[in-house]
Amino acid sequence: MAHHLFLPLIVPLVSAGVATIISGRRFWARVIAVAATLFNLGYSVWLLATIAATGRQVTQAGGWAAPFGITLMADGLSAIMLLLTALLTLATIMFSLATLDARQERFYYYPLLLLLMFGCSGAFLTGDLFNLYVWFEILLVASFGLITLGGSRAQLEGGLKYVALNLFGSLCFLVGAGLVYGVAGTLNMAHLAERLNAIQEPTLVTAVAGFFLIAFGSKAALAPLFFWLPTSYHTPSIAVTALFGGLLSKVGIYALYRVFGTVFQSELGRLAPLILAVAGVTMVVGVIGAMAQINVRRILAFHIVSQVGYMAMGLGLASVAGLTAGILFMAHNIVVKTALFLIGGAAEHLTGTGDLKQLGGMARREPFLAVLWLLASFALVGIPPLSGFFGKLGLIQAGVAQEQWLIVAVAAGVSLFTLFSMLKIWNEVFWKKAYSDMSRLPRAGAGLLAPAVILVAVSIAMGLGAAPALEYSAFAAEQVFDAAGLARDVCGANGCDAVELAVAR
Amino acid sequence: MNLILSLVVGTLFAGGIFLVLRRSVVKLILGLVLLSHGAHLLIFLMGDGLVKARTPFVRAETGVAPPDSADPLVQALILTAIVISLGLLTFVMALAYRADQAVGSDNLDDMTSTDQL
Repeated sequence: MAHHLFLPLIVPLVSAGVATIISGRRFWARVIAVAATLFNLGYSVWLLATIAATGRQVTQAGGWAAPFGITLMADGLSAIMLLLTALLTLATIMFSLATLDARQERFYYYPLLLLLMFGCSGAFLTGDLFNLYVWFEILLVASFGLITLGGSRAQLEGGLKYVALNLFGSLCFLVGAGLVYGVAGTLNMAHLAERLNAIQEPTLVTAVAGFFLIAFGSKAALAPLFFWLPTSYHTPSIAVTALFGGLLSKVGIYALYRVFGTVFQSELGRLAPLILAVAGVTMVVGVIGAMAQINVRRILAFHIVSQVGYMAMGLGLASVAGLTAGILFMAHNIVVKTALFLIGGAAEHLTGTGDLKQLGGMARREPFLAVLWLLASFALVGIPPLSGFFGKLGLIQAGVAQEQWLIVAVAAGVSLFTLFSMLKIWNEVFWKKAYSDMSRLPRAGAGLLAPAVILVAVSIAMGLGAAPALEYSAFAAEQVFDAAGLARDVCGANGCDAVELAVAR
Repeated sequence: MNLILSLVVGTLFAGGIFLVLRRSVVKLILGLVLLSHGAHLLIFLMGDGLVKARTPFVRAETGVAPPDSADPLVQALILTAIVISLGLLTFVMALAYRADQAVGSDNLDDMTSTDQL
């Protein structure tokens, strides 16, 4: 029993409560937020190492035996996501220290941020399908608060669409969870994987799996369910956009990996062509949408859609190689996407606009910012030896190995268009001559640059240390597909059905 | 009983989807309310079959449930889901009220300022 799995949930929750009580004293609210995030960061590094050394960590909430109570479990994928969640929250807090106005900070910004981390961590650690729904709602409530914090017209409009479509996705999830309980009689993921593989009605299970595909597809912003994302993600303050852009859609992808890799493993082969088609359309639509935009944050928001397609491709290939590359690509993308939002956001914060037509000359004025942008955007496009290259290479190799030529061609082609729109931002924001006099604008301070520097450094480290990163991703992908091992770890040597039969006797 | 409840679930889903597809924000919210009630009842149907006047409890002396007892898990699930959807829908209503004040219209077609280039 690994009871320490409760720690990354309890610490943010308690600190969110304390930060709410003392939100009038901004300094202490900041200290508490940073301390809780640092704790989660340290804990998840330790967890990552522990899992690599000893395998899955499992514990039962309230001491109820395995398939009956709520299971918390952490495998390689959970640990990676937990680590990146804490890293992103830390970068976001650092950036908001430099940019956020006092009014928003007083309006429970840090408690909401901590609750978002709480919800995401819970979603990554749970081993129970209905509990996953609850964690999704917890992180959604926090994100609703963050996206409308400020109350401008654009935020309310974008927030309303975000909220309505996410609620609809959640309802699909709830219906799917209800149906799967009706079909299999359990909600524990390990037990479900065992049962669903044995069930004799494959068409019924496929229909239920469809609900989960719609639910998580809409959370992850897969085509054609992505429209809420580009209309809402550019409206909140920059730090919030960066956190959402990096993290939230990937929680949907994580859920797709977990549910289709482990629970609905028997359905993955059947649904794989559909997932691949959706992935291809998502890549193309996202990148075309990005090309039409003339605002830095909106271009980046459409790119989220496009890159989520690559992650779905990793799942759609339905192989360990594909999922390995998908996990590596997701880890890279979470870091780099947030870095890009923070760098573009820094330019927006300094000049007061994100409009490409009004910006210009930032390379001369802020050369350091320009270098950071160049590194991050090359990493996003996938130029070796930066971090994006290895994930994309893995996806394309896995696609070639399975002779899925169409998706390989789309993935390679979309990269080219990604380069195009990254260069568009580079040209317009950094390279071209400024139309207006920029000499009066404030300079970028250390507080504005530090979070982006950290994230770009992590991205470069992931590129240079590609071999161990790839090794760990492969380890995580194998654990995702290892349903039998999961049942052993969660319910004991004979699996979950055996436990239930023993109790019934 | 199962048939009646199934019909109710179907009607709630149909009405909810119809309302969600309207242009008015109020109708959108009412549609979400109907859909969530439909989902809750659907979970209820998914238990071990509906039984009348049976408790979902285990006998203390034997430690096992009586053969035709009610399924406790679906009740726990619905309770959780109801609380969550109540909270979320309250938030949506407050948000819709503020959006209505800011935009001056209940029509979703007037709320397109974030969609434009």
